[in-house]
Order: sequence, then structure tokens, then C-alpha cells
Amino acid sequence: MSYWCQMYFQNGVTFTSMRVQWAFGMYCVVLMLIFVFVMFSVLLCCSGSHQFIYMLTDHNLERIWGTVPLLILVFLSWPSMGLLYVLSELETPLVTVKCIGHQWYWEYEYTDFAVVSYNSYMVPEDELKLGEPRLLTVDKSMVLPFSVWCRILTTSFDVVHSWTVPAFGVKSDAVPGRLSESSVKVEMPGVFWGQCSEICGALHSFMPIRVEVVSAELFSKWLWILQSSVWEG
Amino acid sequence: SFIRFSGKYPEHTHKNDPKAEELLSTAKFDARFQMCNQDKACWQNYVDYFRCIKKKGEDYEPCNWFKKQYQALCPGFWTERWDEQREAGAFPAKI
Repeated sequence: MSYWCQMYFQNGVTFTSMRVQWAFGMYCVVLMLIFVFVMFSVLLCCSGSHQFIYMLTDHNLERIWGTVPLLILVFLSWPSMGLLYVLSELETPLVTVKCIGHQWYWEYEYTDFAVVSYNSYMVPEDELKLGEPRLLTVDKSMVLPFSVWCRILTTSFDVVHSWTVPAFGVKSDAVPGRLSESSVKVEMPGVFWGQCSEICGALHSFMPIRVEVVSAELFSKWLWILQSSVWEG
Repeated sequence: SFIRFSGKYPEHTHKNDPKAEELLSTAKFDARFQMCNQDKACWQNYVDYFRCIKKKGEDYEPCNWFKKQYQALCPGFWTERWDEQREAGAFPAKI
């Protein structure tokens, strides 16, 4: 989850988010190199110790400073083009979860075996226990198995919301009348957080997302218990 | 290290956990609907299921393919509305 004075991404737990963060890190390095080079050149030119009055044309120099930026751009676009296709790959999912946005809570539906549906409300500040994060704690969290491809379908009951978990690298708009699909394969168990990311009314900031990622055996036992009884939380 | 230089990962990391494959299953990929928006997939499987059981009878097993697809994909409040429309004779598709 986010921490105080965070300057970079949350740790990615899906290969999608790890790849994207790797590419971003690489672009930052290239950016810094270019920035340092340009600043150095500017300072050099402003120092006044060099004169170029004898040079009118230099075609070779122009060829170099035309092609080198082009090659840098091609180098930068290489991972990006690969990512574009890798992120859209569809593997065989084993779980489908529907995240339905309401004003102002999320409803999660698991209907692979039987209809299991529950609402996830934010816990108000005066009901928080010691150590629980403010504006993030929910009464019932979404559960997913790890190392399993999960299909996440987002839609909305009323206005546009957006379901996101930064650690997964997922942000999917929940638009009424539309069923947006995203694919997630979480690689490690744990608890991951997100918040509604599309303005949806007065309590837009108060509909968080909490995902608990557990083993496949525990997940299937949890689903079996849920479908055979009403979950009191 | 877990994060490789080239951003490439071994092939087996794309596969599901084998133990999970015995326990879990869901709607399969439908090549008719490859885009991000799956509302038509939900709708078409719903309609195909009821057309199938109308033509072949409720005991015809292959119709359950469409049922599993639409149950996994469709939100509950969509199917409830469509069930009410079917019962009222106002469903906007010919079954």
C-alpha cells in the first residue's frame, strides 16, 4: 500500500505491473542522461570560452544530431511496443469476479459455481480499530487466489466509477451499461489496496478497495463457505 | 533476481498454478468477443442459452455451456432485469 512520502510506484505483484515499472525505470535513466547532457551543453555554450565563428555548415554534424535522437526514440519505444501486446495477452482465466460500482460502495460477485454476492463498505473513522488505515479499511474485502489468472469485470449500477489496485497495475473504469474486462495474475499472497478513481459524487473518496490474495485451496474453501451460508463478515 | 533486465519472464510464469486448475474453472475465452467490452458476450450467451433450451429442451446438456458463460460474465442485476422482461414478454430479442 502507499506509505508516507512515497515518490515511486507501489511494489508490483503482477508481472504486468513489474514490466511496466521496469520500463518506467529505464525511461527515467535515459531521461536523466539526456537532461544532464543538455544542461552540460547549455553551460558550455554560456561559459563564453568557445567560439564557433569559423564554422558555417557541417553536414556530418547535422546528420549526427538528426539520427542520434531518432535512434534514442526507437530505443525508448522498443519496450513500450512489446508491453502494448504483452499487457493485452489473454490467458485462460480460472476465476471471474464482477466488481460493480454503486454510490458509494463496491459489490463483488463470484458466480462461477453459485451466485455469491456481497457489498464492501468503508469502515467509518470512529469505528476503526488500532492500526487500521483510515479511508482504506473495509468491512468485507475481495478475495483472489494467487498464481492464477483472474478475469475482473467492472461495471456500475449508477454512475461511472473506476476500480483500481496500483499494486496489480490495474485501473478499469466501471461504466454503466458496459462490462470492462481486465486480467490479473497476482504472484504473491497479501493484502492490496485501491480507491475509486473516477469522480462519482459526494462520497467518491470513501469507497476503497481491499483485495486479499490467498492460496487457491483457501480461496475455493472460502467460496464454498460463502455459497452455503450468508457471510456475516 | 525476480525482475530481469529485459522485462521478459520465463514461459511457465504465464501459466496457472496446476493445483488451482483442479479446483477452479470459469467462463472460457470467446473468440466472437475479443475486445475489452464484454457486454455483448454476456448478452449473446444469455440469449443463446434460452434459444438452445427452447429448441432442444431443458435437459439438453450442451446448452449448459451458454449457461455457464452467461452466469460467469453477466452481473446479477442485468440477468434479473432480463428474466423479468422475458416473463413479461418484453424481452428485446427473439427467443
